[in-house]
Amino acid sequence: MSTTTQESLAVGRPFVPSLPRTHRAWHGGLLGSEFAWAIAFAVPYALLFCAFVIYPVAYGLWLGSSPALYTELFSDPRFLTAVVNTCLYVGIGVNLKMVLAFLLSGFFMRKRWWVKSLLVIYILPWAVPALPAFMSIHWMLNGQWGFLNSALWMLFGIDGPTWLNSHWLGMGANIASYIWKNMPFWTVIFIAGRMAIPQELYEAADMDGATGLRRFRHVTFPLMAQLYLVSTLLSTIWSLGDFNAVFFVSGGGPAMSTEVLATLGIRYAFTIGDPRLGVACVMCALPLLIPIVVLLMHKMRKQEVQL
Amino acid sequence: MSATVIMRATAASDPSPAREAPIPRTRRPRYWVRNVVVETLCLALGFVLIIWSLMPIYNMIMIALSEHGDVFSGDIWPHHPSFQSFVIVWTEGFWYLARFWEQFGNSFFVGLMTMFMTLLIGSLTSFTIGRLRLRHGWLLTNAALLTYVIPASFLAIPFYRIMQIYGMGDNRWSVIAAMVTFATPYAIFIFQQYGKSIPMELDESARMDGATPLQIYVRIYLPLMAPALVAVGTYALLLAWNEYLYQFLLLSSPDVMTVPVALAQFLNSDESPWNYMMATAIVYALPPIIMYYTFRRYMAAGLTMGGVKG
Repeated sequence: MSTTTQESLAVGRPFVPSLPRTHRAWHGGLLGSEFAWAIAFAVPYALLFCAFVIYPVAYGLWLGSSPALYTELFSDPRFLTAVVNTCLYVGIGVNLKMVLAFLLSGFFMRKRWWVKSLLVIYILPWAVPALPAFMSIHWMLNGQWGFLNSALWMLFGIDGPTWLNSHWLGMGANIASYIWKNMPFWTVIFIAGRMAIPQELYEAADMDGATGLRRFRHVTFPLMAQLYLVSTLLSTIWSLGDFNAVFFVSGGGPAMSTEVLATLGIRYAFTIGDPRLGVACVMCALPLLIPIVVLLMHKMRKQEVQL
Repeated sequence: MSATVIMRATAASDPSPAREAPIPRTRRPRYWVRNVVVETLCLALGFVLIIWSLMPIYNMIMIALSEHGDVFSGDIWPHHPSFQSFVIVWTEGFWYLARFWEQFGNSFFVGLMTMFMTLLIGSLTSFTIGRLRLRHGWLLTNAALLTYVIPASFLAIPFYRIMQIYGMGDNRWSVIAAMVTFATPYAIFIFQQYGKSIPMELDESARMDGATPLQIYVRIYLPLMAPALVAVGTYALLLAWNEYLYQFLLLSSPDVMTVPVALAQFLNSDESPWNYMMATAIVYALPPIIMYYTFRRYMAAGLTMGGVKG
């Protein structure tokens, strides 16, 4: 892909080239006192990073370094369930959310007054803090007196299931809540990305007779592909560490069958009181996490997409 | 620059003039039928989206407005709507809520301190990397990038232990430290992006006049960065306000407890009055909602990065 298209993907930002290095005030680096200032300004973040990132990460790696922990983990059926659940949660949740957000961003590009007002309502789930929102969804899904089943009964005469009492419905509820909370954010990102596509391209495509699907395939999608990929990677990382949706919607139940690695790790560490096992549990996500992080850092550093 | 452009891009309501230009279109027969169908489908989609987005929020409000006995009646609207639950929250009239306003204050303290520390450390770092051109400054950028991609909940267990080693267990500053750690990378990215739009010539001419880097930072850099400071400040404040896991792990005594921790306490008992809980939840959710909608234009820069970190 040419650099021009990559630049236009920069979520509405024109490409700002960094000043050439020869443009520095002092060619060979900084003067003595300036250098001291520069170091002094860098110290707070360096300290913060060492004290609250390096040390915890190293400590965590040390805590989870014993191989015996992993034999213990893999003999625990709850852990194996959590691994499968995490894959489902991340795989279905992230991809479904991204596809829907991408499609909806196209819908929100329509220039109608009511579509614009709808966007204001649509981003509300994102503005509400996770805890109250997920608590509300938990009570909404209560089988006996929850709002959803009451509404189903009143409006359609359907007797709804007890949502959170089954493994599959519980997983579905977690994933749906996750999508509910996070989809508006990514929709807004994609709207910004679509707005950055120059109108001339669409006009040229129109001239060539490309409309509808072909316009999407040959203009919109190629230009949005990088943004979509980076967003999906970032979202995958964050959803791997997502704790709130599972913890508050299904609570891991019934019988810990809907736990994911993030919630199970916390449970091992603080409910059962075995921090080493908790860290080991979380570290089992690393084989999935590290390749994504490497790919993402590569993409973000090259600034193909400025997210 | 970058940030403002995004803000305009997301906030732009009027179509660009180019869009308005008449595009020659072959008029197909029954074109209006297609238009009507598309319009109807769009309206239907809009209707579904409203239901989808508002149902949990409606549920929250409905329970909060119900009286205690009515919560379990299985109705879809409150039969005797009353603001009694909100009055109970306001007057701290239930034992779970006995210190509600103190907890509210704690949440604000944590949020504001996170905001100040994030802005301070983030702007100093991006100033030294972007303006002073510190050699090996890319190391700091990479450190920030690395922090940005670590899921916060994965670090929670070692973080908890380390806070005890530092002697900061059950202390509001431990939460502030955690939140600043996770908010600063985002601050550094935004400041560096935004800083590129401020001409270096300003710094150079100030240097010619004998200004020290500290003076350039205070007198030139910070004032010109104001929009980015607002965006990042809002982001940091909301991040700290909305965070649950770290506050739950690090704050346990009633003196330092914040609202989300207190709110989750309702779940400890099956007998809890859910209408009080939902009223508390709404009061807790209002400040961030107000902030989102007030600073929406500024946050638009924040829209593109972070926001869901947690």
